[in-house]
Amino acid sequence: MNLLFNNTYYLACIGLIAIGLYVMLVKKNLIKVIIGLSLFETGINLLFIVIGYIRHGTAPIFSRPGLTAENMVDPTPQALVLTAIVIGVAVLALALSLAVRLNEHYGTLNLRKIRDLKW
Amino acid sequence: MRILISAILLTILVLGLAFALVEIPFGANQINSSLKPGRHYLENGVDETGAANVVTSVVVTYRGFDTLGEVTILFIAAIGLGAVLYTRGKRLPEVKPQPASLILQTGCRFLFPLILVFGTYIFIHGHLSPGGGFQGGVIVASAFLLVYLGCAEKKIARTKLAATESFAGLVFVIVGLLGLVVGGSFLMNFLPQGTVNTLFSAGVIPVIYAAIGFKVGSELAGIVGDLLEKSQ
Amino acid sequence: MEDTLKQITEAVIVVLMLGGAVCACIFKDLLNAVIATAFVSLMAAILFYFLQAPDVAMAEASIGAALTTAIFVIAIRKTKRFEE
Repeated sequence: MNLLFNNTYYLACIGLIAIGLYVMLVKKNLIKVIIGLSLFETGINLLFIVIGYIRHGTAPIFSRPGLTAENMVDPTPQALVLTAIVIGVAVLALALSLAVRLNEHYGTLNLRKIRDLKW
Repeated sequence: MRILISAILLTILVLGLAFALVEIPFGANQINSSLKPGRHYLENGVDETGAANVVTSVVVTYRGFDTLGEVTILFIAAIGLGAVLYTRGKRLPEVKPQPASLILQTGCRFLFPLILVFGTYIFIHGHLSPGGGFQGGVIVASAFLLVYLGCAEKKIARTKLAATESFAGLVFVIVGLLGLVVGGSFLMNFLPQGTVNTLFSAGVIPVIYAAIGFKVGSELAGIVGDLLEKSQ
Repeated sequence: MEDTLKQITEAVIVVLMLGGAVCACIFKDLLNAVIATAFVSLMAAILFYFLQAPDVAMAEASIGAALTTAIFVIAIRKTKRFEE
């Protein structure tokens, strides 16, 4: 029980990654697959920030003159995750436009019926 | 069959992640022990760049190329979306949106400049407080989304949005090239640093973040407009 | 005492987030699944705030809760609403 309480964040990240991948692998509707992609990316971004956390640290902003650099959390993963979130929304927009076009062309969004996607 | 294979693959992945994360105990103080770049950014970031927000100085100055790449990816995604949804000359049936009620229209028209000012405030103060170009740009784009949803007969000038986006991207690249001309390296901080925690400080960082804010805002508003208008 | 209170709050928010993710997997109406995704983004933004990352929390809240939901709803309106 103590192990569970200490590592709640790791369990949350691994749970989100597993649920996102399950939705992407198993579901048939293309928009459901894109929803799974969004959940998967949220899980990975959370994992980055959790790795960079230091216990009893504060946010890395020198807003008052009295703050020292000793008890601040790591700023590098936050910069990387900022980039990753914006790239995630760009990929989502392009994927949804492809889904709209596929629906116009084939009339359905069922991945088992769109034959040209299989090689 | 598919569920069985995916369950096996997911179990292997989860066990692998769990074994890898055992080595990194949660909350352990790791950036003091070895030569991590986070240590260098926290200790010398304010002196070298002049920005109070260390994450901003990492995104714009220390890792400026990554930000340039991200802006390029957003641009390519917006172009790709416009190209995929392009209907060559075929006139789509003009769907008249149902006019919203009077309260909704008045409220949207009243809120639109307030949200724009709020987004501009966030990306101008990116180097002093939490915020920055991307957050402020997304808030500006959600102001345009409000206009699309609430008062739908007020047409948004698409050419002006596209011109703003291209011009802001050009400003970013030109500032980088000016750094090459003046200082000797691309995206170098060549403006004077000023005193910490004032608005006109941190050299070229507010200029770049303002350009990024305008670019992201108009780009995402253009993406939403393309999705709404260009297919039936 | 307040350390355990913080741990209990974190545990509750994590459980809510995972419940929202499971609901996004289960719902057959795609609009409901999209609203569950927005809920997961909101809980992730709160967790980012607890992990002392205010920039990332702001970005995730505005992008995940507003823009992603809007783009999904527009795309669902132009395709089918139910998962069949």
